[in-house]
Amino acid sequence: MRRLIIAAVAAALVAASCSRSTESSVTVVAHDFFAVSQDVLDQFTNETGIEVTILLGGDAGLIVNQAVLTAGNPVGDLLFGVDTTLLSRALDADVFDPYVSPVGGVVPPEYRADGVTAIDVGDVCINYDPAAFDPGVPPPATLADLTDPRYAGMLVVEDPSISSPGLAFLLSTIVEFGDEGAYTWRDYWADLRANGVVVAPDWGTAYYGRFSGAGGDLPMVVSYSTSPDAEVAFADPPITSPTTAVMTDGCFRQVEYAGVLRGAAHPQAARAFIDFMLGLPFQQDVPGQMFVYPVRPDAVLPDWFGAPPITPNRLDPAVIEANRDRWVAEWLDVVLR
Amino acid sequence: MVGRGAAVTRRTTLALGAFPAAFLALFFVWPVASIIATGLVRGGFAAVGRVLGDGHLAGVVWFTVWQAAVSTILTIVVALPATWVLSRFDVPGRSLMRAATTIPFVMPTVVVATAFLALLGPTGLLGVDLQGTVWIVLAAHVFFNLAVVVRLVGGVWAHLDPRLEDAGRSLGASPWSVFHRVTLPLLRPALAAAASIVFLFSLTSFGTVLILGSPRLATVEVEIYRRSALLLDLPAASILAILQMIGVIGALIAYSRYQERHSVEQALRPAGETARRPRSRREWSLVVGILGATGAFVAGPLGILVWRSFTVTGRFGLDAYRALANGEVVSVGTAAGNSIGFAMAATLLALAVGMPAAVLVAAKRGRLSRWFDTLLMLPLGTSAVTIGFGFVVALDWPVDLRASIILVPIAHALVAAPFVFRSALPVLRTIRGSLRDAAATLGAGPGRVWREVDLPIVARVGAVGAAFAFAVSLGEFGATLFLARPGSPTIPIAIYRFLGRPGALNLGRATALSVVLMIITAAAVGVVERLRPPGPGLF
Repeated sequence: MRRLIIAAVAAALVAASCSRSTESSVTVVAHDFFAVSQDVLDQFTNETGIEVTILLGGDAGLIVNQAVLTAGNPVGDLLFGVDTTLLSRALDADVFDPYVSPVGGVVPPEYRADGVTAIDVGDVCINYDPAAFDPGVPPPATLADLTDPRYAGMLVVEDPSISSPGLAFLLSTIVEFGDEGAYTWRDYWADLRANGVVVAPDWGTAYYGRFSGAGGDLPMVVSYSTSPDAEVAFADPPITSPTTAVMTDGCFRQVEYAGVLRGAAHPQAARAFIDFMLGLPFQQDVPGQMFVYPVRPDAVLPDWFGAPPITPNRLDPAVIEANRDRWVAEWLDVVLR
Repeated sequence: MVGRGAAVTRRTTLALGAFPAAFLALFFVWPVASIIATGLVRGGFAAVGRVLGDGHLAGVVWFTVWQAAVSTILTIVVALPATWVLSRFDVPGRSLMRAATTIPFVMPTVVVATAFLALLGPTGLLGVDLQGTVWIVLAAHVFFNLAVVVRLVGGVWAHLDPRLEDAGRSLGASPWSVFHRVTLPLLRPALAAAASIVFLFSLTSFGTVLILGSPRLATVEVEIYRRSALLLDLPAASILAILQMIGVIGALIAYSRYQERHSVEQALRPAGETARRPRSRREWSLVVGILGATGAFVAGPLGILVWRSFTVTGRFGLDAYRALANGEVVSVGTAAGNSIGFAMAATLLALAVGMPAAVLVAAKRGRLSRWFDTLLMLPLGTSAVTIGFGFVVALDWPVDLRASIILVPIAHALVAAPFVFRSALPVLRTIRGSLRDAAATLGAGPGRVWREVDLPIVARVGAVGAAFAFAVSLGEFGATLFLARPGSPTIPIAIYRFLGRPGALNLGRATALSVVLMIITAAAVGVVERLRPPGPGLF
């Protein structure tokens, strides 16, 4: 409590002496898996005098859709959590007031996008449980291996019409096998289906419900490249090395962006917060709070946080936007019906 | 009719109806109409053709309706024996059992679905894998909705005058024909009320069907979510929402017609007078058998949850609870405080909406009251996404409420008010006009008649409704999820957030928090029930 009072007094003093922004509050809209350490947030308030309110509203898809529905008359000042797979939808709907951060130079050019700021990067990858494979059977190394009968009935994926990692994995297979040609992603999924792929509605059901590395019955799951490290960080009794592993082929890179919402009540404060999200204190807080990589290459990662050697598949947000609904509908036809 | 008509003047109608009508207009009709209109304007007629022309949709609609009907019938069949025992017999453990049947009702669907998978899933303890089949979905619906029948029907059954049944028996009727000819007709209004709620709940089932029935089984509700979550096919979502609403309204109209035809005026007795000890050895074994079987059905999935909360990290112990207590991600104390605070606010709101509405609808017949009845029930049958998105598009004027914390109890109250209303209505309809007439003949004015005859009954059914509303709010997840809400979560939302993070401890936290929710629910419902106003009772 005393710390809180001191922080509040300090914040008030800073606010009084600091003329960078005349706005004293900012409202951040984010998905339910957004997290930041309290002391990092306090640091922002101390430096700028701006109080932060965080509004959470469901998963990535739902908050983007809320933003599209309220474009121009937003619920908050900035939106965090729109990712590669949904960015173009938000841009097309004119959700954001374009902002180029003066500290935006720290973002590697490959992650820059018009009007919004990249904050973190994550890879959706197949995770596997090495202990669940028979001694003679090596774990699969590539996406193509997954149609091998030796891996029949071993993989659980998320439904791409409902789940964000599920959609990312579908996109990865589309990059890998192509939309046209002799053997397309549709053929690949037909083969996966024939090989007994299991479809779960969301990440939690797939990972906790079915993945043998987390107590279930199937040796492979679509998850994140960082999940094995998180298993180490959140184990009790403690374990020293991961018991699950990442298949480094066929990963899909998702970049998460933040942007100032058009019509925001506190646009200056929103811009200040985006600048702050690119600062090292926030960036270095990202891995432990959200299990993704900070966008800044010079951010120091926690020592439990590995970096598997991945060359992920990537896809331009505009291409995704132009095809997403058709791809998902085709996937439903090939895999579920 | 003299008794009814005399009590309700135009002015009282206005006084009773104003708040419920305004609340529903502002927080239900307007938001839902706005979001549906938004979707339709964006999509135009092309969307209607596209959605209705999808051959897959017919299957989804058919499945939605029949699974809801079967879930309703099964719930009544499973719940009725337990309701009988819990309302007519004075046996040890009765109130504990009643509290236990309420717990499933408030557990978040995600959590219960996981527990069902642990019993009947791919690695299920019972050795059969029913994941993806309709059987596990039906079982879960019965599990969730047991409490609706036990409470709504039990609320009337406990007060039926036993002399009616005794008379039947002494005239030589068999126990079955006494039940069939005497008890059942008297219970019919309450049974229909419970059935209508179970039907709506099953019709709009989302999490249960998504997790237990996926990937091939889907309700209209699941399809609405599918179109709203990643696809933002708002036109399609709107058309599906309209479709769902047509079904719900149809069911409700059928229900209220039935209700009007079958409500019977009768004198209710205090529960203490009607409950008795089982008389014979045979009766004892029947009572114990029913309680045992129902208890096992409720305890199975709940027991799995408790067991998992102690073993989830790989060894038996309190690891999960310790991890929960360290307050990372969310503080348990805050989440519990939020949940209880919201539940209290939602309960008051739900009472303020549901009770006057019930008094009004019970006293007045006719088209207006039937529509009011339907409107009040409608939120139960409306998809949570529709309500959540509706709030986001509509509630920005004249005061911008969209990011306000008060939307959480308001959303909860929308779902809870129908329970208050439905638990009150059948009882209020049974108040005998002759009681009022007698009071009036003895010189009591209309106000006094209401105070002396109706009010004590209203207060008591209000308590039943309050317990329900409180429980509904504690467990509410859907509509809350779709609101942009200030960071500190309710317990169900906190569980959802833990389940979205990797690591055994996070799963542990989710499981342990579910057990905490179970305990809070049981305690809270117990307390609310004790708050029943004292006083000389008509019943």
